[in-house]
Amino acid sequence: MANPNGIGAPVRRREDARFLTGRGSYTDDINRPNQTFAYMLRSPHAHADIISIDTADALVSPGVRHVFTGADMAADGVNSLPCGWLIHNKDGTPMKEPPHYPIARDRARYVGDIVAVVVAESREQAKDAAELIVVDYAERPAVASIRAALDGTAELVHDDVPGNVCYDWHLGDKAATDAAFARAAHVATIDLVNNRLVPNAMEPRAAIGEYDPANGEHTLTTTSQNPHVIRLLMGAFVLGIPEHKLRVVAPDVGGGFGSKIFHYGEEAIVTWAAKKVGRPVKWTAERGESFLSDAHGRDHISHAELAMDADGNFLGLRVKTDANMGAYLSTFSTSIPTYLYATLLAGQYKTPAIYAEVTAVFTNTAPVDAYRGAGRPEACFLIERLVDIAAQKLGMDPTALRRRNFIPKEAMPYLTPVALQYDTGDFAKNLDMALPMVDYAGFAARRAESAARGKLRGIGFATYIEACGIAPSNIAGALGARAGLYESAEVRFHPTGSVSVFTGSHSHGQGHETTFAQLVADRFGIPIENVDIIHGDTAKIPFGMGTYGSRSLAVGGSALVKAMDKVERKARKIAAHLMEAAETDIEVKDGRFTVAGTDKGVTIGDIALAAYVPHNFPLDELEPGLDEQAFYDPKNFTYPNGCHICEVEIDPDTGVTKILNFTAVDDFGRVINPLIVEGQVHGGIVQGIGQALYENCVYDEETGQLLTGSYMDYCMPRADDVPSFTVAYHEDAPCTHNPLGVKGCGEAGTIGAAAAVINAVVNALSDYGITHIDMPATPEKVWRVIHAHKPAMAAE
Amino acid sequence: MYNFTYHRPATLADAVSLLGSLEDGKALSGGQTLLPTLKQRLASPADLVDLSGVPDLKGVREEAGGLTIGAFTRHADVAGSDVVARVIPALAHLAGGIGDRQVRHMGTLGGSIANADPAADYPAAVVGLGAWVRTDRREIAGDDFFTGMFETALEPGELVTAVHFPKPDAAGYAKFANPASRYAMVGVFIARFGASVRVAVTGAGPFATRVPAMEAALAASFTADAVAGVTVPPDGLNSDLHASAEYRAHLITVMAKRAMEAMR
Amino acid sequence: MASTVTLTVNGTTVTREVEERTLLVHFLRDILHLTGTHIGCDTSQCGACTVHVDGRSVKSCTMLAVQADGSTVTTIEGLAAPDGTLHPMQAAFREHHGLQCGFCTPGMVMSAVDLVRANPTPSETEIREGLEGNICRCTGYHNIVKAVMAGAEAMNGGTLKAAAE
Repeated sequence: MANPNGIGAPVRRREDARFLTGRGSYTDDINRPNQTFAYMLRSPHAHADIISIDTADALVSPGVRHVFTGADMAADGVNSLPCGWLIHNKDGTPMKEPPHYPIARDRARYVGDIVAVVVAESREQAKDAAELIVVDYAERPAVASIRAALDGTAELVHDDVPGNVCYDWHLGDKAATDAAFARAAHVATIDLVNNRLVPNAMEPRAAIGEYDPANGEHTLTTTSQNPHVIRLLMGAFVLGIPEHKLRVVAPDVGGGFGSKIFHYGEEAIVTWAAKKVGRPVKWTAERGESFLSDAHGRDHISHAELAMDADGNFLGLRVKTDANMGAYLSTFSTSIPTYLYATLLAGQYKTPAIYAEVTAVFTNTAPVDAYRGAGRPEACFLIERLVDIAAQKLGMDPTALRRRNFIPKEAMPYLTPVALQYDTGDFAKNLDMALPMVDYAGFAARRAESAARGKLRGIGFATYIEACGIAPSNIAGALGARAGLYESAEVRFHPTGSVSVFTGSHSHGQGHETTFAQLVADRFGIPIENVDIIHGDTAKIPFGMGTYGSRSLAVGGSALVKAMDKVERKARKIAAHLMEAAETDIEVKDGRFTVAGTDKGVTIGDIALAAYVPHNFPLDELEPGLDEQAFYDPKNFTYPNGCHICEVEIDPDTGVTKILNFTAVDDFGRVINPLIVEGQVHGGIVQGIGQALYENCVYDEETGQLLTGSYMDYCMPRADDVPSFTVAYHEDAPCTHNPLGVKGCGEAGTIGAAAAVINAVVNALSDYGITHIDMPATPEKVWRVIHAHKPAMAAE
Repeated sequence: MYNFTYHRPATLADAVSLLGSLEDGKALSGGQTLLPTLKQRLASPADLVDLSGVPDLKGVREEAGGLTIGAFTRHADVAGSDVVARVIPALAHLAGGIGDRQVRHMGTLGGSIANADPAADYPAAVVGLGAWVRTDRREIAGDDFFTGMFETALEPGELVTAVHFPKPDAAGYAKFANPASRYAMVGVFIARFGASVRVAVTGAGPFATRVPAMEAALAASFTADAVAGVTVPPDGLNSDLHASAEYRAHLITVMAKRAMEAMR
Repeated sequence: MASTVTLTVNGTTVTREVEERTLLVHFLRDILHLTGTHIGCDTSQCGACTVHVDGRSVKSCTMLAVQADGSTVTTIEGLAAPDGTLHPMQAAFREHHGLQCGFCTPGMVMSAVDLVRANPTPSETEIREGLEGNICRCTGYHNIVKAVMAGAEAMNGGTLKAAAE
């Protein structure tokens, strides 16, 4: 009998009970007895030497307990925030890795760089006092963009980083790619900007530091996607606190999208300050601070070329990308435009030769790191735009050109020229499923109908593949990763048969408390109510790597399966003992352990009781208890893939693009909870639409001031900006190398959507002589295209 | 925000006298612009005088065929008023499109026009309908009320008490909202009174102003087509991240056309 | 500068001395420890702080506690029945997976309830426009819209429509 809350069931989320009644416990909801409040004084200048800081007046301001500067941290031996991935240049030398102190020491390098910290009895008192701090700055020219950074005469963001270049890296076979271009019949080219974004999880970052002098223990409560990573980085590298004396708790976290992976200076500051002050220190970002100081995403400038033979078969791809790192290296910044971007440039296509060069630069802007998709949306956008341009050039239907170049499912496993081995995927099937859903055949008629109303209709396709659950650790390590990429799980049966699962994954919207419990309920045939999923506290859970890169189910879920395997192995022995049978005769189904060929059987609950009350128990052979832990290090990435199709209508009078339809067909491998999976796709799509049409992070070129520092200027997609979506998936190509056959669904929507939207916009504008429009395709930008070009039809 | 002293007078006389006597007092109406400004520490009034306790400032009534709306009447109450919907439906439509639901539940007519945000909606109606702004001491013609970006003809301590909107034969409002803030990037209010037509634009320039060329074209032929051909020069219009002056100028024509199409 | 304010919050009358600059949201979160009402921005746009004051949705980050003196306030904590039965709108959000991280959810639910009280049978367009003042970064709004549709029906006395399976 299948468990009604087992694998594949759309179980309503269990965590919702607290979120819907206001009983969630987010970091800022937590208050500690006797706590103080920190306010971060941030540099108003993009680039300035700090000549002096006078804190005298602030120190005597009402309620103030302490004022700290970079010098205080230096005196205590506080180190730089580390970067988690070492990239090597083309010539084999290591990347430049300038220090990144939690509080700036001699120079502020972006608007928002912390220069002093006030700790006071209340938030407002800390803020009042911060206004009394006098910082004497000597301003330097700001380097506010990639182009400015690479201008040979640019000011240096870091004195010991010549040319502002962090690294100059490449991947692929240059000679083979050049040869492909030499024999090409057609070449499609594109120059594009992948616009900079601000992640904007709705919960602003927050952190509470505590120190208990009785036992020398530090506790950090923080808005993190991966508390163990923070403990390791902050304890071992920044503050020098041994891990057994440092507890990091990530309670309910209000969205991450990558921005809460990283170890931020504020976390180190409150942890360090709590000991100095002798009281808990709490900090909560205002949204304006989030805009200034959360790690941003994307920000590439690329040139790419696609070589084809006369029939449109792809021969080679050449990509040159400049990527903005911001002022300092955030935790995983360096890996994003390299191993999470260039490795995905094959897309779904059998392009035999690919060569990519990536130059990462420092600028006087906030650090840039992973944002939902992290490298993969940039790769997908580049490829899928280029394929559309190629189709336009060849006069081919964009779906036909894609189909011609798809890696066939028969070719799986498939080694790409950019170092990945796709295990499964049926790309033609995705397209076959999606085309009838959007009535592609009827598009021409719909376009004509729009034209009759004076509107421009377009359709756009994006067929994407991504790499999730980054792994295995040894290979990632060889490529420069400074951390492992496994996940942990512990399955603790209690004497009466209920279960606590401790996972190293972290849920900040993904619904682990439901999905992971479904796995346990399904495996052991127990009610889902008897299973609790515990995460987010290093004092409770085994060492885990947390949640990012759509890895939770593929890696964390697999660790959970491995731990359940161990439980079952032990339970089998106990069952054999209880029923006086041979272990080899024990059969297990839905949590019931039976003796083959008999009607004898026990449940996992009976076994748990026997394990904890071992009166009738094989004590000479087994330890009491039923509590197993496992770590899982994947053999390969997983490769979710799909086909996204967008249909838009543009109002030529205003340039406004309206999304009429968005359809996504995805292959996520096996689906555990379709309700949650579809929700992930919806949310991802809107973040992709946001990048394509609305969102843009802009710094002033001259001053380096952030011009889009609030929701007044940074356009977040709202309910009335987007339609409802049509989403579907198939489970015909499950992952071959993890026990659940799952691939991951968290980022897919964002990876496919931006390209589909812009392809639709360009398609709608196809009579206006353009091949590309940079994101976001704002009304003015679209209007300018329309007004700068006479329609080709009109000219005829 | 900085600290301040809070007052909540119960009568108009008390409110006026407080605002007149306080060194650095500021009227607090719906607070939907003032409070965000204070939160960001961009202003630091020593005293706030909350007008919510003054009954004389609230409500909608018909007067001389038109509407008189108290300064403290909230946007949602104008948008939802049967009287407004009957007498000047375009005004109800305009009020129903200000900010969002929650903002409309707090924000007030008087607060909006006294603040004179160049991207606010109400100024288009005040100018477009040739309204009269009543204060504690005088009446100011709508055409004279807005004098610059966040600047009005109000004297220090002078309090808007109501706005009288004459009833037009027909009126329409169309706006192109800033996609991020949802303020008007360009809003055009058109009203016809007999043979004369008023066209007022908000959002495009430093303050709401009339467009004589469009008024002339519409006086000759009160149709959407008549205004579709009238272009406005971009000189002096706002230019920012979201829209250049040139694009705003273009949108004035488009929104004027749409205001005509929305004539009610 | 302190003032005494008296409010009825979720049915209980409370009187507290507050600094006059105290925002209603801080009064609820820091003084009454009703932390279900969240703060997601500082420019009055995200709507995470939405509560009902005298029966209307307002952004509690853009109202002073002293302005609410004498008012009746309902927060997300006060929406369910005293026995814990979820309000139909809360139940609809759960049924239709209208929330992910949960941070915008209290404001979203309070806005949705206000919206349906004013317009008992809203269309999809009316729901989308009516939620203009609430930003969600997780759900893409799709399931929120479905939830509000279903919640509206249930608030009108219908049974809660199940999510399609």
